[in-house]
Amino acid sequence: MNGLETIMNHAPALIIAIPLLGAFLTPLISRVNEKLRNVFVICILGITALLMFVLASEVFTSGPVTYVFGSNLQAVQQNTVIRILFEVDGLSAFMGIISIILAFVASIYSWGFLEKETGLDKYYTLLLLMTAGMLGMVLTGDLFNFFVFLEITSIASTALIAFWTNKEKAIEAGFKYIVVSTIGALFILFALALLYGQYDALNIAKLANSITFTFLDKIALILFITALAMKGGIVPMHMWLPDAYSRAPASISLVLVAATQASIYGVFRVVFTLYGNVISLPQISIGWILVILGLITMLVGVIMAMIQTDFKRLISYGAVAELGYMFLGVGTGLTVIANSNPQITLISQPFAFEAIKGGIFHIINDALDVGLLFMVAGAVYLATKETSINKLGGLARNMKYTTIFFIIGLLAISGLPPMNGFASKLLIYESTFQLNPILSIIAILSSIMLLAIFVKIFQSVFLGPKIPKFDKVKEAPKSMLLAMGIVAAIIIFFGLFPDLIITNIVEPAANALIHNEQYLQWLIGGV
Amino acid sequence: MIANIPFIAVALLVIVGLYAVIFRKNLIKMIIGITIIESGVNLFLITLGYREGSIAPIYTSAPEGVMAYPVPQALTLTSIVIGVAVLALMLSLVIQLYRHKKTLDVRKFGGDDQ
Amino acid sequence: MKGMSIIVKTIANFTFPFILIYGLYVIAHGHLTPGGGFQGGAVVASGLGLMLVAYGSEWISKRIKEHDLSLLESLGALAFIGVAFCGIIFGGVFFSNFLVGTGNLFGGIPLNGAADINSGGTLPLMNFAVGMKVIAGLFAIILVMALATLKKEDAI
Repeated sequence: MNGLETIMNHAPALIIAIPLLGAFLTPLISRVNEKLRNVFVICILGITALLMFVLASEVFTSGPVTYVFGSNLQAVQQNTVIRILFEVDGLSAFMGIISIILAFVASIYSWGFLEKETGLDKYYTLLLLMTAGMLGMVLTGDLFNFFVFLEITSIASTALIAFWTNKEKAIEAGFKYIVVSTIGALFILFALALLYGQYDALNIAKLANSITFTFLDKIALILFITALAMKGGIVPMHMWLPDAYSRAPASISLVLVAATQASIYGVFRVVFTLYGNVISLPQISIGWILVILGLITMLVGVIMAMIQTDFKRLISYGAVAELGYMFLGVGTGLTVIANSNPQITLISQPFAFEAIKGGIFHIINDALDVGLLFMVAGAVYLATKETSINKLGGLARNMKYTTIFFIIGLLAISGLPPMNGFASKLLIYESTFQLNPILSIIAILSSIMLLAIFVKIFQSVFLGPKIPKFDKVKEAPKSMLLAMGIVAAIIIFFGLFPDLIITNIVEPAANALIHNEQYLQWLIGGV
Repeated sequence: MIANIPFIAVALLVIVGLYAVIFRKNLIKMIIGITIIESGVNLFLITLGYREGSIAPIYTSAPEGVMAYPVPQALTLTSIVIGVAVLALMLSLVIQLYRHKKTLDVRKFGGDDQ
Repeated sequence: MKGMSIIVKTIANFTFPFILIYGLYVIAHGHLTPGGGFQGGAVVASGLGLMLVAYGSEWISKRIKEHDLSLLESLGALAFIGVAFCGIIFGGVFFSNFLVGTGNLFGGIPLNGAADINSGGTLPLMNFAVGMKVIAGLFAIILVMALATLKKEDAI
């Protein structure tokens, strides 16, 4: 049908434009009716999710898709790229799927969680703006456009973290988040200006084609990795993450996980695609830097998680530890790719490809697992108004479904079969063992400690004798159970059929990361 | 040497701004420090677009001569707009914090649960 | 906050229309001279801020409510993204300039060095939409901050 063809051609632009349109219409609709606004937001996110799946299926089968804004004429005139270009390759589509699934589930969850609060029209507007910002960050092919969407996402998420303005802890967490986030973004702008001043181009493909590794380029690379890792919560710049995750409303913690993972996507895009042609020069070994950062993040996250007594703060330290696994996997692969010794290539060391696949598969697993745990924590808070695990107990009698979902999340985050965490962590263990056995031992130890910590929480919060104060707590509302059920179903599906997911979804993303000739195809061949 | 003065000014502004954010205890001074860093980065962007002996890039009744690059000016404008939005949000958060605690000293905040 | 003396109020009454006209001029000529939506909107918002300081926030907040400013802001944003979506329907690409070259409003052809205000296509329309949004948004920020420092007797 002609209409369907048109929609699929314009899909990259519509994925950003429809949440923006919804965000601008929401204040007008909420003057009319409240329930209509909730349904409207869920419909907008559902339409965007459908468009994202259609675009992703096309990208996974037939290579990157480009879209030029503003005119039908060619984007390359006299050897300069003159318009904003969206380029969707395997990794972008992968991250886009994660973001839109989490945003859709968060909007269903907020119906039940925030039913009795005021100021909700601004909440839904900011949620749609944050979704548009995250999707724009992962779909764009232009560095300055990435910076603008990064700032949109961080401004919207600050206002959402400080949503409960009657608690001063939430406002303080929001202030900390915006100071760290703005300094990081200004460093990214500085590095971007360094690159623009040398090569007169802002497009990622054009820069990747003409980059040589001068001294200013090294400074720009270090600034990019530092600023984006600061926004992503890598140790030692992770101080804002436990405060922001634990004091925000539970549905916002869910979407914040996707936003921080979009910054990790930024690190991979800069290191593999922008500097892809010059990464094998023997000056820096970036792979080992990423591996060491991953290890430190894992250890600090797990050790700090052991001494917490606040439910959501403990889960957020677990999320910090899981970020370390991603860096460990991808860094192991990078040590082979960035090696200047011509004997060591990707063909001769097959463990590198497995490591990159494991690291990328872990991104989606971590988002789903930590999201489910945050939703359970929100349900417990709504029922009991209590967040310290010392004061909770015996909730399994009244909240049966919530307990089952917590068990699923516990098994998934520790990497036990038959959940999805097992598949990705097994890939990471196997491949890092062949690089250096100590890395694999530390990774397995961290998983075991995470299992111990979460079993302790399970026993303390859900099992145990009945506390008379919580005798009359009710089960969570239906919309929250529906949201948790969707995520749990996806987790179990990924865990039972990991091979299907890895060959169809993860392998195109890993291929797109390693072979950056695919990304430059439109530039060399002409748009 | 004259042509390098804007770059030295950029470096000084960024260093002064970072000092204000890291070492000052008043919340308003931290916000002013962030504004100073942002001014430094904007100055850096505009300085990149200058060519020797060029005129402003406006087409209406333009005199003869080579024009400066207009793209960095557009990037700087976007950055200034983003800076205004971030500044408004940070000041609103500080107003709310002052209402709760009646003090602007950053040492008095925090430190209850690990 | 309370207003200022009668001399300040008279001078503010006198200069406010000039500031308005200058701001609207900067918005309208955004495609010819330096300026555009955000810059002109910021000038007009400064003029409104002048009136706020001269007359006091209580006097102004009885006449301009934050509710109406929010409506104006949403309309400006909707007009902007509506023109962008019309680019798909009439021009084929998102954000395309489908009015330039035709003979309608703003449809003249921009000549090199001698363009007039009738050229530019969709750019002046988008400038007006962004200008409206910026005026409403910036003045709402100033008004809410002025009101927030007023209510000391509320608990939170």
